[in-house]
Amino acid sequence: MSKVNALLQGTLDWVDARFPLTANWKAHLSEYYAPKNFNFWYFFGSLAILVLVIQIVTGIFLTMHFKPDASLNASGVPVAFASVEYIMRDVSWGWLIRYMHSTGASAFFVVVYLHMFRGLLYGSYRKPRELIWLFGIGIFLCLMGEAFFGYLLPWGQMSFWGAQVIVNLFSAIPVIGPDLSIWLRGDYVVGDATLNRFFAFHVIAMPLVLIGLVAAHIIALHEVGSNNPDGVEIKKKKDANGIPLDGIPFHPYYTVKDIVGVIVFLMVFTVIVFFMPEGGGYFLEYNNFDPADPLKTPPHIAPVWYFTPYYSLLRAVTYPLLGIDAKFWGVVAMGAGTLIFAFLPWLDRSPVKSIRYRGPLTKTLLTIWIIGFFILGFLGTKDPAYKFFGAIPGAPVAQLLSVYYFLFFLTMPIWSSLDRCQPEPDRVTMK
Amino acid sequence: MKKLLTALLFAPMLAFGAGATLHLDRAPDKANDMAALQNGAKVFVNYCLNCHSASYMRYNRLKDIGLTDDLVRDNLMFTADKVGEPMRIAMRREEAKAWFGAAPPDLTVIARARASGDGSGADWLYTYLRSFYRDENRPTGWNNVIFENVGMPHVFWELQGDVVMGEDHKLKLVKPGKMKPQEYDAMVADLVGYLKYMGEPVAEFRKHLGVVVLIFLAVFFVFAYALKREFWKDIH
Repeated sequence: MSKVNALLQGTLDWVDARFPLTANWKAHLSEYYAPKNFNFWYFFGSLAILVLVIQIVTGIFLTMHFKPDASLNASGVPVAFASVEYIMRDVSWGWLIRYMHSTGASAFFVVVYLHMFRGLLYGSYRKPRELIWLFGIGIFLCLMGEAFFGYLLPWGQMSFWGAQVIVNLFSAIPVIGPDLSIWLRGDYVVGDATLNRFFAFHVIAMPLVLIGLVAAHIIALHEVGSNNPDGVEIKKKKDANGIPLDGIPFHPYYTVKDIVGVIVFLMVFTVIVFFMPEGGGYFLEYNNFDPADPLKTPPHIAPVWYFTPYYSLLRAVTYPLLGIDAKFWGVVAMGAGTLIFAFLPWLDRSPVKSIRYRGPLTKTLLTIWIIGFFILGFLGTKDPAYKFFGAIPGAPVAQLLSVYYFLFFLTMPIWSSLDRCQPEPDRVTMK
Repeated sequence: MKKLLTALLFAPMLAFGAGATLHLDRAPDKANDMAALQNGAKVFVNYCLNCHSASYMRYNRLKDIGLTDDLVRDNLMFTADKVGEPMRIAMRREEAKAWFGAAPPDLTVIARARASGDGSGADWLYTYLRSFYRDENRPTGWNNVIFENVGMPHVFWELQGDVVMGEDHKLKLVKPGKMKPQEYDAMVADLVGYLKYMGEPVAEFRKHLGVVVLIFLAVFFVFAYALKREFWKDIH
C-alpha cells in the first residue's frame, strides 16, 4: 500500500512541478473558504454549471445527427425538421438526448433567473463584486443569444417566424437597419443561409464565449470571496491563520451539500423530461411540430417563455418619438430591459447589502417588481388583445408594468438610500 | 411577511387560467389498448396514407403496438417494398396543391402540432374528424366546423353518412352511413389513438422509464443527504 501511495505522491509531485494542480485544487476547492450560512438560494450557481454541462454533452450528440439544411426532402419536409424527428425516433436514445437538451434550455433560464434573483436579494453585486456581476450579465446575454440561435434549428413554424420577427427588429434601426437585417439573415427572408449561420453560432461561437465568461465569473468570485445571506464580509474576521472565522472549505462542505441540491434538481428535471417534455407548450411550443413554411404566417407568434418579459417591454412601446418608428423604441426598450441589470452595482445606494436588513420600502418595491416581471412574461406569451378574466385588457397593464420595470431601477439610487435599514450583524447568522 | 409575499407572488398565476376559445370533445385514451391502436393503424393506412404521408414513421416500428413484420407486410404495406421504409406516398406535392388548394400535411407528428390551450392534439383531431358537414359552396362539397373552409374532403362520408349544418348551427345526420354513429365515433377514437401514438412512439416507454429514474434518484438522495448531515454536524 505504501508503495502505491509513494507512486501516487510521486506522480502528483511530478505534475505539481510542471502545472499548479494542487495549488488550484486548494485555491478553488479545499482551501476556498465560503461563508457557512449559505441557504436555498445558493444552490443555483452550481446547478447552472450542471445545466451547462448537460447542454454541452447532449448538444455534442445532437450535432452528430442533426442536419442544418432548409431544403425539402422527398416527402416535402425540410431536412432539418426531418432530422430532428429522425433523432426522436431512429437514433438510439435520441429522444432522451433531445428532450434533455430542449428541457435543459428552459432549465438553464430557470436556474439563472433564480441565481440572479439571489443576487438581488442579498446585494451580491455590491462592492467588491461588481465584476462578478458584470461577467454574470455577460453570461446572461450570451445565454439569450445561444437560446435564440438554437431555437431556429428544429426549423418548425415557431422557429422560423420567431427568428423572422426578431431579425426584423433590427430593420427598425434608422438608416442602416434594413441592410443590417439582410446581412444578419444572409438572405431577404430567413432561409438556409440563416439556418447554417445560426447553427455555427449555436454550436461553437456562443458556447466558446459562454465558457470563457463562466471561467471569468468564477475566477473573479474566488478572488473576492462569496457573499452570503447576511451580506456581511467574512474576510473582516479572521483567525490566527488568516482563515475567515465564518468560512468553511468549499470542499468537502459545499460539494457534499451541492450533491443534494443536484439530486433534487435532477428529480424536477426528470419529471419534465419523462412526463411532460413539452412543458404544457411552454418548453416545446406546439406549432413548432409544424415544419417551417415561409408562405404561412401563424396567427400568433410568441417567443419561448424566457424571452417573454422583454417581448412585453418591446410591445409596450406603441408611439413614435423624434420622428422614428415606435418599433425602434420598442427594440430600445427591450435592449435596455436586459442591459439595465448591469448598472445595479452603481444604482443601489443602500447602507446594507442583504434584504434581511433592508427596510419595508425595498421589500415592497422588489416584490412588486418580481410580480410585474411574471405578469409581463405571461402577457408576452399572449396576443396583445388578451384580457384578464376576459375583462381587463392586458396591453395597458403591460405598459404600466413596463414603466414600473424601468422606474424601479432608475429611482433606485433615491429609494435605496432613503429606506429604514436595520444594522447588519458583525458575524454571519445561521437562520 | 414572507407568507404574504409568497401569496402575492402566486396571485397573478390564478388570473392566468382564462382564455379558451374552441370547444373540443375529449378523445378517449387508447394509449395502452393494442387492439384499438392496431385498428387505428389499419384505418390510417387505408384512408389517410394516400394523400398524407407519415414520412418519419417506419412500418416496422409498428411492433410497438403488437404487430409483427409479417403482419405489417401482408396487411398494411400498399406503397412500400421493405418493412424498414418510412410511410411515404406517391402523390406529388405540386399536384396535390393544385387539386386541394394546399398540399396535405405529413401526419407523423400531427397529434403534437394540433395541441393548443383548447385541448390536446388528440382532442382536436377527434373533434375535427367528427365535424365535417355538407357545403355546396366548397369545391369538395364539404366543410368543417373547427377548420373552416378546409381543403380536405370528408373521406369517411360513406361510413359516417351525410351530415348537414342546421339553422341552429348544430350538425345533423340526415342520411346514415355504413356505420352507426357510435361505431363511427369508436373508429375515429381508434384512429386518433393511433395518430397520437405515431406522434411520439416512445411516449409510453418514456413514462415507464421516468418512474425508474425517479426511484433511483430518491435512493441516491437518501445517501447524499446522510453524507451531507455527517459532514455538516460540526458546523454551527
